[in-house]
Amino acid sequence: MSQSVYVAGVGVISAIGNNVTEHLAAFERGEAGMAEITLLNTIHRHKLPVAEVKLTDEELIAVTGPTTHNSRTALLSLVAAREALNDAAIPNLKELRTGFVSANSVGGMDKSEDFFVEFLADNSKGKLKNVFDHECGSMTEIVADQLGITDFMTTISTACSSSANAIFYAARLIKNNMLDVAVAGGVDALTKFTLNGFNTLMILDKEFCKPFDEHREGLNLGEGAGYVVLVSDKVAKTLTNPAYCKLSGYNNSNDAYHQTASSPEGTGSYMAMKGALAKSGLQPADISYINLHGTGTQNNDSAEGTAVKRLFDPNYPPVSSTKSFTGHTLGASGGIEAVFSVLSIKHGLIYPNLRFKTRISDLPFEPETKYLKGQDIKHVMSNSFGFGGNCTSLIFSAV
Amino acid sequence: MKVYIRSSACISAQNTFGNQGFLTDVVEYEGTRLRAIEPDYKKFIDPKQIRRMSHVIKMGVSAAKECLINGNVEMPGAIITGTAFGCMEDTVTFLTRIIEQEEELLPPTAFIQSTHNTVAAQIALMLQCHAYNNTFVHKGMSFESALLDATMLLIEQEADNILVGGTEEMVDTSFTVLTRLGLYKREPVTNLSLYDHNTKGTIGGEGAGFFLLTDKASADNQAELLGHTFFYKPTDVEKRITAFLYEHSLTAADIDLVITGKNGDTRNDAVYTQVCDSLFKNTTLAAYKHLCGEYTVASTFALWLAANIVKKGVVPKAVLQTPEFTATSKKILLYNHYQNKYHSLMLVSAI
Repeated sequence: MSQSVYVAGVGVISAIGNNVTEHLAAFERGEAGMAEITLLNTIHRHKLPVAEVKLTDEELIAVTGPTTHNSRTALLSLVAAREALNDAAIPNLKELRTGFVSANSVGGMDKSEDFFVEFLADNSKGKLKNVFDHECGSMTEIVADQLGITDFMTTISTACSSSANAIFYAARLIKNNMLDVAVAGGVDALTKFTLNGFNTLMILDKEFCKPFDEHREGLNLGEGAGYVVLVSDKVAKTLTNPAYCKLSGYNNSNDAYHQTASSPEGTGSYMAMKGALAKSGLQPADISYINLHGTGTQNNDSAEGTAVKRLFDPNYPPVSSTKSFTGHTLGASGGIEAVFSVLSIKHGLIYPNLRFKTRISDLPFEPETKYLKGQDIKHVMSNSFGFGGNCTSLIFSAV
Repeated sequence: MKVYIRSSACISAQNTFGNQGFLTDVVEYEGTRLRAIEPDYKKFIDPKQIRRMSHVIKMGVSAAKECLINGNVEMPGAIITGTAFGCMEDTVTFLTRIIEQEEELLPPTAFIQSTHNTVAAQIALMLQCHAYNNTFVHKGMSFESALLDATMLLIEQEADNILVGGTEEMVDTSFTVLTRLGLYKREPVTNLSLYDHNTKGTIGGEGAGFFLLTDKASADNQAELLGHTFFYKPTDVEKRITAFLYEHSLTAADIDLVITGKNGDTRNDAVYTQVCDSLFKNTTLAAYKHLCGEYTVASTFALWLAANIVKKGVVPKAVLQTPEFTATSKKILLYNHYQNKYHSLMLVSAI
């Protein structure tokens, strides 16, 4: 059994960049990815800002090469997963047991929406190729096929904590000696389904979101994909480039309070953070930075803030929500923010929480607003909480 | 370490739920869609909530609760579910409204309940269970992925009494689309004669199956899960099966009963015939999809069936495909595949 699981590669695509380098540059410039809707065909255009990946489906296909389905979900996933695998540059990969554990919440919904318009008028109509790969699992399968991964694959969907759970499950497959290498993370594309869904909940900010601000008014939806390549101790020793860090802690707890809302005390968030610390053998004071879930809704930031206070008071590490750059990428957020956490350790970075002005009145701490580099970052906690009370925290540690 | 199935519960198109005969009263259906027989949900769910819940949530929550009752466990150590399509009824409802109402004045309920993790979340909410909670959505391996998660948690000593299950609902829209995609037979069919047709296509089903897993031995346990595995696009199924049995110090001759996922589709069943003709020529064979239909988590029906066979010491006549070659079935191999891409093996033994 592998005692530790290392991060050997990272890949990411979101509204602020199409790869890791572009993300680092956007963070340094303090440049958010939100803008008016340009790609999604919806009545909410010009009304609600979103954080779209700045490539059309055709432009994405030009990067990925054609796949069998071409759902935007699969295309985004393939861009980031391939970057991660190339970045890891694992020697003799073909001889190792490799898996792909991916997460998403929408599957091929972007194409199913097209299908459904015609289908609804006449149920013998609608192009079947648009609905054939509707399932979440199909997205994973399409990408695994393109990456040549056959030993193992699966898909997780726990709403906004999906890809944090994918990373955690993949790490356990390595620890249980079922795999040597796992590409893990997740993806979600913007769809009318999710945009309208969140709009009915009245938690979308009509301006750019203000996570952890007293006057926050909701979240902005985003899209993208983020993957880490996890490897066993044995594989880590063979790497040409040293591993970025290790995944030292993880926990999945349930808030068991409400289908969509978080409990006021942040029970699930508190348990997830506390459990991840226990798993890694660390104390709260050991955490160098928390990449918050920080969606910008009243409810999440209040519950998460309370949970952070319960666990860390009175010594708070720097905290920030990178959703102020990428928007809330739903099932992808845990993967994307895992990549940011890994890069934080590698480059000594703390990301600014954009547009923060006023501390939340009930909280004794506030997020970091400056871009800081050259910091001594040893342990980063990444929070991902979702509908259904699904709360997951991961801890990445320098090696 | 051993993994035991402490208890199970299954809602399907047959009388599998609650205190009923063990597939003694088989239900015959005409057509290619088998609907689950719905239990009295009031026994499990607050009537006010029943109205708001979709079919799959009701089935999932009820099967989960019945499983806990059967296992005499109030609070599970983890809740893990598998579903390929998730909450189709709510998904279709919300999608329809988006189109018909042109994105205006939409009520949120269908969206809220449309996420794939709704069943696991609702179980946690009802039980006030803060433990590990996960949902796998990988096509025909959704339940298998969940089962792997559950057994890893036991091995890691992270939790005990793990509630793991699979749920899938068939709604009109999915049935129409899947029919157009060629999954189901085009000619009239009754489920009990499913294997006589020798044509393409199968019959569609739905259901929910839950299991309580523990590593603690007890005379009350239903069965032991000796092992399980799944793999993608294998070129050498027989070798894989032999290797899997070998890992558990067994050979094909040690298996008393093989339960295959045969579903009456000639394209689907060829591989079962090939494996059974080569490895299991002298082994008792059983099948079940003529009873419950084909669905992405149909292997929950098979696991429920196997756990009950070893516990009760009887193989229901309705599932037998050959004469019984052994007096009792103590070691059972479950072999299922989903569209010949994903293959899964489970090995169940009497305790």
